[in-house]
Amino acid sequence: MNRHFFAAAWLCLFYGTGASPALADESADTSHLRVLAGSCAACHGTNGNSVGGTPVLAGLTPAYFIARMQAFRAGKLDSTVMHHHAQGLTEDEITLLADYFSRQARVTSRAPTAENH
Amino acid sequence: MQRREFLKLMSAAIAAGMLPTTVKAGQARGRVVIVGGGYAGATAAKYLRLWGGEKLEISLVEESHTFISCPLSNLVLGGSKKIGELTFGRNGLDHYGIRRYEHTASFINPEQRIVMLTKAGTSLMMPLQYDRLIIAPGIDFVWDRYPALRDAAGNPLTPLRDAEHFGESPQPRIPHAWKAGAQTVALRRQLEAMPDGGTFVMSVPKMPYRCPPGPYERASQVAFYFSRHKPKSKVIVLDENPDIVSKKALFLRAWNELYPGMIDYRPNNVVTEIRENGGQDGFRVKTEFDELSADVLNVIPPQCAGDLAQGMDNVDGWCEVDFMTYESKVVPGVHIIGDAVSSALPKSAHMASSQAKVAAAAIVALLSDAPPDPQPVFANTCYSFVSDKLAMHVANVYRYDAQKKIMLPAEGGGVSDRASEQESDYAQWWAKNIWSDVLT
Repeated sequence: MNRHFFAAAWLCLFYGTGASPALADESADTSHLRVLAGSCAACHGTNGNSVGGTPVLAGLTPAYFIARMQAFRAGKLDSTVMHHHAQGLTEDEITLLADYFSRQARVTSRAPTAENH
Repeated sequence: MQRREFLKLMSAAIAAGMLPTTVKAGQARGRVVIVGGGYAGATAAKYLRLWGGEKLEISLVEESHTFISCPLSNLVLGGSKKIGELTFGRNGLDHYGIRRYEHTASFINPEQRIVMLTKAGTSLMMPLQYDRLIIAPGIDFVWDRYPALRDAAGNPLTPLRDAEHFGESPQPRIPHAWKAGAQTVALRRQLEAMPDGGTFVMSVPKMPYRCPPGPYERASQVAFYFSRHKPKSKVIVLDENPDIVSKKALFLRAWNELYPGMIDYRPNNVVTEIRENGGQDGFRVKTEFDELSADVLNVIPPQCAGDLAQGMDNVDGWCEVDFMTYESKVVPGVHIIGDAVSSALPKSAHMASSQAKVAAAAIVALLSDAPPDPQPVFANTCYSFVSDKLAMHVANVYRYDAQKKIMLPAEGGGVSDRASEQESDYAQWWAKNIWSDVLT
């Protein structure tokens, strides 16, 4: 944190601004997208590899993903839950998620080890 | 990377008219220790490896050998799940190269960045050094805000909070069953042993507490069991809150349709005294307004951040964090995630795992000399079961508000139209998917 602050402060000497746009770069976007996509995992599995019951998102073509999400968003597709999520996302986020999931490899998700209790 | 080297690189980059633009997996270096292996802690450990690459040293400290899911554990009370179906090992995380310690984290020295571990039954202390520490301590109970048990004559039983009556023992007479496990099973057995025509009384603490809709789901599950096996029995809910705090219309509709006349819901009801029932089984429970008998009594006590976070909490007992990194506002270098966090976010398993992912991504950035995401966004879906086969949800996207510095629900979120079998199916798959995501 200190290190970081120091670096940012140092950059400000050159750019004369506290909120350096130079540091709000693609790395932040990447981490932003990972976290957003990561929150889909509770229902759709790690990186979109559902163990069942919900669609596998990994490897979907972006156009299909976007069409489905836009339809949920517009209420043109019946859904129980997905319209609540689609309506909370921006157009850009839907496009980024479509790209993210299209790049994920399809793998078989695993179940955790059952323990006798 | 040392600061001097980093600055040297930055200066070269600027001279060349370019700036570093991406964090590549594998660039992050350092030691991250995670204490707490529930939904939040286990997720953080896994995603630190997935996003941070091989050069991070990741240690997960959790004293209990098994992971027992709180989500779905009310179904054990209803009888449609066994606790064993919710009980898992954490060895599915071993292939990520995470060092697991089944130890207790006894204390933290934030100046030296050391966590001291102890092992039950031994006096050995083991220090673990960290660059970043994540604690996911879950909740503890605030027993002293709860009335002590008295005998039938009204004399307090001593010691006041002995484990036979309340507390963390496996089978107290008044189980909280608010951490899934032995007490969940104990409460189910008490319900099974209760004769038809008996009364189950449960109390709900003031918000915030773990799992906002959980108490109302519990009332539904007990009513489900009674409706099938003990139809003359009653459920009384004594709620300290002025109203049902989550999915209100959905719960009321389900109670009316499925269990007419069985659930007696009483808002603004703070339990003021609990007495033994004078030679009979059960208890007398007094509130400001009522006095009633309980054959089976379930107090869900007021809650605060788990033990290890104490000292990092605010006056209300919860931990304030920076929502971009989940770093404690009190102790630098320590990130706090899950139910212990002070926020308006619902204390749910999905929320805990999302917070873990934000913290993991931020720590990877910080240990790569890169800025954390300034605008985290994530989703939360939370299901509640009103019978064995009917469930409903609340779902929202949450977005960081840079001015208010908190996570706010985005437009478009909401609840089910009504409880349905389809959503019950989704809820069961939600559990299987999140268990796979968190534990493998």
